[in-house]
Amino acid sequence: MIIHHPLLGPRDAAEFVYKGDVSLIDRPDGMGDGADDAFHDYLYLRENPAGEHQELWYHEQGDRSWLVVTRNTLTHEISNVELARDLARRRGRSA
Amino acid sequence: MNQPNRISDGLVDRATALNFDWNGRQMSAHPGDTLASALLANGQVLVGRSFKYHRPRGIFSAGSEEPNALVQLRKGPALEPNTRAAMVEMFDGLSATSQNHRGSLEYDLMAVNDWMARWFSAGFYYKTFMWPKAFWEKLYEPAIRASAGLGKLSMQPDPDVYDHGFLHCDLLIIGAGPAGLVAALEAGNSGARVIVADEDFLPGGRLNAETHEVNDISGADWAAQTVAELHAMDNVRFMTRTTVYGAYDHGIYGALERMTDHLPHSGGKPRQVLWRIYTKRALLCAGATERSIAFGNNDRPGIMLAGAVRSYANRFGVTPGKRVAVMTNNDDGWRTARDLAAKGVHVTALIDTRADAPGSMAGTRIIKGEAVANTRGRKALAQITVTNGEVIDADCLAVAGGWSPNVHLTCHQRGRPTWRDDIAAFVPGGDLPPGMSVAGAANGAMTLAAAMAEAKAKTVSILAELGHGPADLPLPKTSDETAGITPFWHVKSGNKRAWVDLQNDVTTKDIKQSHQEGFHAVEHLKRYTTLGMATDQGKTANVLGLAIMAETSGKSIPETGTTIFRPPYSPVPIGAFAGRSRGKNFKPFRLTPSHKWARENGADFVETGMWLRAQWFKQGPEKGWRDSVDREVIQTRGGVGICDVTTLGKIDIQGRDAAVFLNKIYSNAFLKLPVGKVRYGLMLREDGIAYDDGTTARLAENHFVMTTTTANAVTVFRNMEFARQCLWPDLDVHLISTTDGWAQFAVAGPKSRELLSKVVDDLDLSNEAFPFMACTECTVFGGTPARLFRISFSGELAYEIAVPARFGDSMIRAMMEVGREFDAVPYGTEALGVMRIEKGHAAGNELNGQTTAAMLGLGMMVSKTKDCIGSKASERPEMNREDDMRLVGFRPVDRNVILAAGAHFLAPGDPADMAHDQGWMTSVAFSPELGHSVGLGFLKRGKARMGETLRAYNPARDQDILVEVCSAHHIDPEGERQRG
Repeated sequence: MIIHHPLLGPRDAAEFVYKGDVSLIDRPDGMGDGADDAFHDYLYLRENPAGEHQELWYHEQGDRSWLVVTRNTLTHEISNVELARDLARRRGRSA
Repeated sequence: MNQPNRISDGLVDRATALNFDWNGRQMSAHPGDTLASALLANGQVLVGRSFKYHRPRGIFSAGSEEPNALVQLRKGPALEPNTRAAMVEMFDGLSATSQNHRGSLEYDLMAVNDWMARWFSAGFYYKTFMWPKAFWEKLYEPAIRASAGLGKLSMQPDPDVYDHGFLHCDLLIIGAGPAGLVAALEAGNSGARVIVADEDFLPGGRLNAETHEVNDISGADWAAQTVAELHAMDNVRFMTRTTVYGAYDHGIYGALERMTDHLPHSGGKPRQVLWRIYTKRALLCAGATERSIAFGNNDRPGIMLAGAVRSYANRFGVTPGKRVAVMTNNDDGWRTARDLAAKGVHVTALIDTRADAPGSMAGTRIIKGEAVANTRGRKALAQITVTNGEVIDADCLAVAGGWSPNVHLTCHQRGRPTWRDDIAAFVPGGDLPPGMSVAGAANGAMTLAAAMAEAKAKTVSILAELGHGPADLPLPKTSDETAGITPFWHVKSGNKRAWVDLQNDVTTKDIKQSHQEGFHAVEHLKRYTTLGMATDQGKTANVLGLAIMAETSGKSIPETGTTIFRPPYSPVPIGAFAGRSRGKNFKPFRLTPSHKWARENGADFVETGMWLRAQWFKQGPEKGWRDSVDREVIQTRGGVGICDVTTLGKIDIQGRDAAVFLNKIYSNAFLKLPVGKVRYGLMLREDGIAYDDGTTARLAENHFVMTTTTANAVTVFRNMEFARQCLWPDLDVHLISTTDGWAQFAVAGPKSRELLSKVVDDLDLSNEAFPFMACTECTVFGGTPARLFRISFSGELAYEIAVPARFGDSMIRAMMEVGREFDAVPYGTEALGVMRIEKGHAAGNELNGQTTAAMLGLGMMVSKTKDCIGSKASERPEMNREDDMRLVGFRPVDRNVILAAGAHFLAPGDPADMAHDQGWMTSVAFSPELGHSVGLGFLKRGKARMGETLRAYNPARDQDILVEVCSAHHIDPEGERQRG
């Protein structure tokens, strides 16, 4: 597979390490209300779609960027790649 | 030498003779021959034995689809089994032997299997050898293993080298037959970057095997001219002997180039190169493969595909027989009869299954509306019997069952081919791999003119999409031929066995039986009968098998469907996949900065991950490793020892929020760590399990240096980058891995302070000025930058000192020189391990991905007042049970007994089963200081059971002993030494 890195252009998938579903970005606040349930869901529940899937890839043999890759699990077609940091900020994560 | 079947013409160099060896017999050939054409030229009809029944078999095809003629090539370590004779390019001195027979090829003892054929029908593996049960291991399995497989391996290391390579292009053209060459000309002249790959050593495809004219010259000459033209283009890479074997994601193709297989010796060059080709577009021009017709005893040597017979006659100047009969269900079969007759070969009969077949041939017996019912001839064909009862002499029968487009690569991403009734064949379906187009016979354009026209049209449209203007060359002038076909799959009359898959000995009866026994799905049929398996993957058999399956089940062929084609298209040697990654190059080695010095000083090395670390340093009279390790421990604990600990992961952490960040990564508090101090840190996984530990030093307000375990150095850094970029993206913190940047040495033992005071420049190392867990940046040996940490893994007064990696070698030499007056010794990973077990420090055996902080006795290190990775999940009740395992120490009741790791603990008197299991021993060592073996392990309620006696049961090592529970800190439990 080829992943179009937003900063470095097309790179072979062999340069990357796969982590998993993008929901791993949505880490609950461990001190918040209902943290037990929230962490249960965060740790153990994943969607497993046959089709478009947003997932985390790490450019370990490259610039060490974490990327969010939108990949169709049926065809391996990649429709979007962005820096995970940008998506994390959009989802309201900060310090 | 005599080549009785060599006839006129052909594209071989008659002026040059080559000698080769077949089963110990010398034979002659010419450059341009394949092993198959040379064997036929020499009249060698019998070339192998079939897989199951050991029936005599001959050459069946003229290409990579060959199911029968599998031979062993070369000798000694270079011996290669299961090589397809039709793909082996002849060279002088080639040596080949037949395979899959006991005794000689002519008198195979295993041929008795053929008489027992009724017991070897479909699924016989699953039905026999069931009883008596005890026979399986001693009798059945060894017997089956001895007869399974075809060729034999040399059992020696492969003497050749293989390489991997990467190529990029705008357009990859797969196949250099008429369609591929037209496409390549068009694309090459447009200026696009083009790669053309063809599996043959002579490009041109069927143009070399037929008598077509192109632009008023012979097709073969036109192909040669075109190839020369393409070779001259800088933007075209023309690759012969290269099989594109797989279509992968995003336009990536796998290709195998056979670089030196056609030479007597590789001369040190790579034998084969495995290419990964990155393409914008690909055009598949892979042509078509002919298939057979099933009739009684249709597997005898001399029965061949009609197109192959034509190839041998036209391209190689060889006739496979003196009296050739042809059986066909289509117009193409007639070409074989005509071409042979034109070369003076006697065609004894042409049998066309179509009663209304057009055409006639002067001087040849034509039989329409009939088929071949049976054949005779023990080791070579002698006669055929026609369904009308007529018996005809023939030493070769050319069978034309129609052509199947080579759709394989179009299906590598689960595309399904579709059936076309007019050509009685599957063609590529609509769902091709992205970027792939198909042209020519591979796409069902079965005539020369149609194939060329389609190739041009597809290329022009691909080039337009890529932004290249078309060269718009005129189409080569050809005459078109007829290609009528009326499907005829098998002869129904008669009770003789009729083969579908020659390689796997699958007959029409097996397919019917499989259906009868409930294997209705085509994928089940394949697995039950082995139809379409092994080296040829059923290239000549699959469609025939499907047709018979369809007929049996009363469905149409498209309803029956096909099995899925997967890469590789044809076999790829494991050596090519391995490339250079073998032996010591299997993976990279990382060497510590003191490696050279260690080698000079008697070190034995051990692999820890990719690192090679000194395991111990043998001195003078020491006989075994224990002598060296015990001495290193005693001398370190009694004086001073030095150990290279560079392999521990080092992560440089800087930024205004560095402390905040660390506080989220580690389970214990880091916010208030003072500058100049080191703290032990425990990391959890997000699910609360203990993950990694190490020390982190605060060198400045916004500058920390973390160490990780050697094993987790890569993943800890990866996970920290994840936390930094994805979880807390606005923290001002930056990470760099500096594992390789700093050479780091542990200096341990009561004399370490004295030694180091002669190493560091102007630094007060007194306990007051530089206490336990202090750190500083400093210089050594008059100005070399360094970092000094007062930390201890051994439990002794100890330091770790780091210098930039380039000074690592001189640092160890200088420290050992300075250390001479203190009798300083180097120690390796074994002594390091002994001392940490004596001291009760957890390491990989304890942090094994199943243990919690509470189990490790580090429950207090998980802060309840902050949110960090893993803190929430670690609070779950099941992970904090009072009666759970706890890390404690063990010693043998009989102090002379040596403990074994992996033992499980039982109460004395309890039976040894899982219900009574109370824990397990994780690490053991012989303590030279205590004079007996010591262990660490997990024990239920361990902390509350000091002094208890338990059974340590280890059936794997045949050990069943009594041990005493004690503190994990076997020596210096109060930690006075390291603080002293």
